[in-house]
Amino acid sequence: MTDRALRESATFDRATIRGIQRAAETGIYHIRGAGAKRALPHFDDLLFLGASMSRYPLEGYRERCDTDVTLGARHASKPIHLDIPITIAGMSFGALSANAKEALGRGASAVGTSTTTGDGGMTPEERGHSKTLVYQYLPSRYGMNPDAIRAADAIEIVLGQGAKPGGGGMLLGQKVTERVAGMRTLPVGIDQRSAARHPDWTGPDDLTIKIAELRELTDWEKPIFVKIGASRPYYDTQLAVKAGADVVVLDGMQGGTAATQDVFIEHVGIPTLAAIPPAVEALQGLGVHREVQLIVSGGIRTGADVAKALALGADAVSIGTAALIALGDNAPELEDEYQKLGSSAGFYDDWQAGRDPAGITTQDPELSARLDPIEGGRRLANYLRVLTLEAQTIARACGKSHVLNLEPEDLVALTIESAAMARVPLAGTSWIPGAGL
Amino acid sequence: MGVLNEEVVDLHVSTVRELNSALHKAHDGEHWRVTNPGGAHNVAVGIDSEIDVVIDGHVGYFAAGMHQKGTVTIEGSAGTGLAENMMSGRVHVKGNASQSAGATAHGGLLVIDGTTGARCGISMKGVDIVVGGNVGHMSAFMAQAGRLVICGDAGDSLGDSIYETRIYLKGQARSLGSDCIEKPMREEHLAELAELLAAAGRTESPSEFRRYGSARTLYHFHSENSSAY
Repeated sequence: MTDRALRESATFDRATIRGIQRAAETGIYHIRGAGAKRALPHFDDLLFLGASMSRYPLEGYRERCDTDVTLGARHASKPIHLDIPITIAGMSFGALSANAKEALGRGASAVGTSTTTGDGGMTPEERGHSKTLVYQYLPSRYGMNPDAIRAADAIEIVLGQGAKPGGGGMLLGQKVTERVAGMRTLPVGIDQRSAARHPDWTGPDDLTIKIAELRELTDWEKPIFVKIGASRPYYDTQLAVKAGADVVVLDGMQGGTAATQDVFIEHVGIPTLAAIPPAVEALQGLGVHREVQLIVSGGIRTGADVAKALALGADAVSIGTAALIALGDNAPELEDEYQKLGSSAGFYDDWQAGRDPAGITTQDPELSARLDPIEGGRRLANYLRVLTLEAQTIARACGKSHVLNLEPEDLVALTIESAAMARVPLAGTSWIPGAGL
Repeated sequence: MGVLNEEVVDLHVSTVRELNSALHKAHDGEHWRVTNPGGAHNVAVGIDSEIDVVIDGHVGYFAAGMHQKGTVTIEGSAGTGLAENMMSGRVHVKGNASQSAGATAHGGLLVIDGTTGARCGISMKGVDIVVGGNVGHMSAFMAQAGRLVICGDAGDSLGDSIYETRIYLKGQARSLGSDCIEKPMREEHLAELAELLAAAGRTESPSEFRRYGSARTLYHFHSENSSAY
């Protein structure tokens, strides 16, 4: 074999060839779950400097490093107080099983943070098990009930999602069970489309009135978030603030989805790393940085990622894919079952298909029953604690008594690309590519 | 004009916030009148009790938004998103309504004596809408459930990508949207249309209407249908 000098094409590599073959066989584009899989400039390309002669570190096990954050105090009379700056991103009942939603609520509540609904409305499971629950207000308005908004702790108006800025949603028929269909007022088993645009407003001026309407409905009690998929974060953040948002949620292209075209996931939107500085610049330019909070999502995996996002100016981060992995997604114990589905542990992304052996991205009663919501919640709480401890470890090393005191000055970049995107110097230099242009 | 024991809120004097706050605290059976609305946005949003509200004039966006239980009568015209996502009760506009009237509404009865703009009944989810005049383009887009009665004409692409909403049209549609077809008017349709017209205070005869609904060819995604999208 070694003498045959086989050379794989960089242009037509095996995955590309397989994609062409698959398209020719099926006549339909590839739909899958999760976020961008291509290599992108990311938080891994940044490093913390740590304390030195001119900076004093905090003692790791004696001196406090706080992690709490308040969201929504700009206009809401009842802002949200979270113990940790890591929230659970919006994921729908429908995309996820009821047990998975309950597990997310249990895990988040155990560590004092929030969960978020998704398309299709609020289920009793997630409300009942989530101490702090953010209600997503989506273009489809499936299951949209003013009583649910009143029962929520905050409202997140969704304009876009990092995996697919400019795209609507889809829930394939195999997941549209009687309960899911009933909540969404649709026939059972159809491929359910979710609109990309809101049905009753267009543009930032209308959004101002829409936000005012939601405030009127809730008597100005609840924080209003505006979620954007990262594409033009500078302008979108400015416009969201002008429209009256209390919190801007910014989702980069590594952010996951339950079901989207692969071509959309991989080719639309910008990386999380590239999206944060323009959004922070917009907030600072308007004089509302830290008054209007910025929540960043899309590829958060470790406490280092959390700390880096905060250092770049975010007030909190949000996790989706990582939370599902914590619940048991892609677990190696399920390898035999992944093989039967034509996948493998570590690769499984058919979250749209409803056949998830881990019982997370499914509506099948037998598969769903595999996920114990109490055990899932325990695992998620563990993971969130680790993220928090890791972020605190880094913050203390940088001499910060609160993780939100981390700042760009604590960071350097490993590559020219990440230095330009994150707007921090290339390590060992004072060079920030593009600065001053 | 006035009703015995009627509460009056003058929007020349009070703010929309004060009005809505008072309406949210109101009790079943109360009568309210709003004077000088002056095209204000978000008037009477979030009512959730069996109250009767009359608005003396024109209103802006999202009037009676997310309405539940009570009755709102607008003695004028309404802006964008009238009664959006209403759940129950009744909203009646004596004049015209702008675009997205009754958007995503889940229940109740929305009556518009005049004409509406584009996207009337967009993504409606169970509401009944009766329009005395015409509706604009893309009305009943992705409409899921409920009935839309149009006593005048409809603009382009009526019922595009419609699900299970039934449309009753007296006049002409400039065009039908993808997957929207004319369907036979059976006895049960004539009967439910008669009820809707009566509930809206209309005098048209059900026999003057035609019914439209979903051909259900787009319920499952097939690339062979790509020309429909």
